[in-house]
Amino acid sequence: MYGSDFPLLDEVDSAERELHEAAGRSVERGTDLQRYFDDVIAADQKIEPRDWMPDAYRKTLIRQIAQHAHSEIIGMQPEGNWITRAPSLKRKAILLAKVQDEAGHGLYLYAAAETLGIHRDELVELLLNGRQKYSSIFNYPTLTWADMGAIGWLVDGAAIVNQVPLCRCSYGPYARAMIRICKEESFHQRQGYEILHILAHGTPGQRELAQDAVNRWWYPSLAMFGPPDTESTHSEQSMAWKIKRFSNDELRQRFVDMCVQQASVLTLEIPDPDLRWNDERGHYDYTQPDYGELMRVIKGDGPCNRQRMAHRRAAHDDGTWVREAAAAHAKRKAAA
Amino acid sequence: MLWEVFIRPRRGLSHTHVGSLHAPDAEMALRNARDVYTRRQEGVSIWVIPASAISASSPDEKDSFFDPAADKVYRHPTFYEVPEGAAHI
Repeated sequence: MYGSDFPLLDEVDSAERELHEAAGRSVERGTDLQRYFDDVIAADQKIEPRDWMPDAYRKTLIRQIAQHAHSEIIGMQPEGNWITRAPSLKRKAILLAKVQDEAGHGLYLYAAAETLGIHRDELVELLLNGRQKYSSIFNYPTLTWADMGAIGWLVDGAAIVNQVPLCRCSYGPYARAMIRICKEESFHQRQGYEILHILAHGTPGQRELAQDAVNRWWYPSLAMFGPPDTESTHSEQSMAWKIKRFSNDELRQRFVDMCVQQASVLTLEIPDPDLRWNDERGHYDYTQPDYGELMRVIKGDGPCNRQRMAHRRAAHDDGTWVREAAAAHAKRKAAA
Repeated sequence: MLWEVFIRPRRGLSHTHVGSLHAPDAEMALRNARDVYTRRQEGVSIWVIPASAISASSPDEKDSFFDPAADKVYRHPTFYEVPEGAAHI
């Protein structure tokens, strides 16, 4: 289905190689902190936690890494919804492993954010009180088993396209976390694609489920790349700092171009009547997602925002006694 | 409490820093480290160390701190001229 190679994983490997190569280049260190920071970034080296960095760089990274971590944590809910109803023991085991990975990815990212001087408790609080956001995609409901397929193929697929360039991010702990995450993420996408492939080649009813899931997840997945470049507020500075490597629209286009071929193997339709190859551009033309809807969902008015946050708060509250008991146990043992 | 996690990927290799995590005590830190950092057989041994117990050199004194190493080229074998005809040296 992807051929023998997986170009996105090759990119992750080359990001890892470049990280080592760049580390070998020497950067002249004068007394000007800003200049040294700029030179390190120009040499494609990494900024590390205890290095001097501009305040705005630190703030941008905390915001972005935290939002990413929150997305992994909230992102467990739509799929968690189907663990008890997976159609076989094999699918249940796979789904459990995937949701566990998402918890793990959230933790790698929280740890990366904490190296910037913010505490875990603050990050949790910023999610629970709604001051920091998570990806809009997780505010859509998972109505059928086929949604597990569409999420793996489209949502994780879009996430990978978004995340692979972050393996080259200028901030060391974030880049290293992303290399780990992207390597694990490829199984997520493949298991989803496999689910859809099996359904699409099953009974007419199963095929219909698969097509319906793709119809519902296509445009929200396109919206995951954020607003169009003309309206993107954080992009330019993030590009200069090499936090971001490609624009929202470039990544969205890359995703669309990949999906068309993959959809044809699934024998499923992408729900866009205007999707067609443009020879001049060398890309597919496609219909943009509804950015008004994206903004409404981000602001809290998607189909499941309230439910997701209520569940997260309840899970946090329900875990209080466990955290307190573990702390009390550690204290008593330390005293003994 | 914040812990730094080090993992030995295979026998014969050194423990390498892989990340950090929160846990109330060492025992739970080890269990959490297993769940967070070794879901795909990444290691055969784990160390967890309280982050507060680590003293680190400061990047600001990078030059002066490591300076003495730079001007002692005679520490490297390539500094020496091997006379013609000498073998196994």
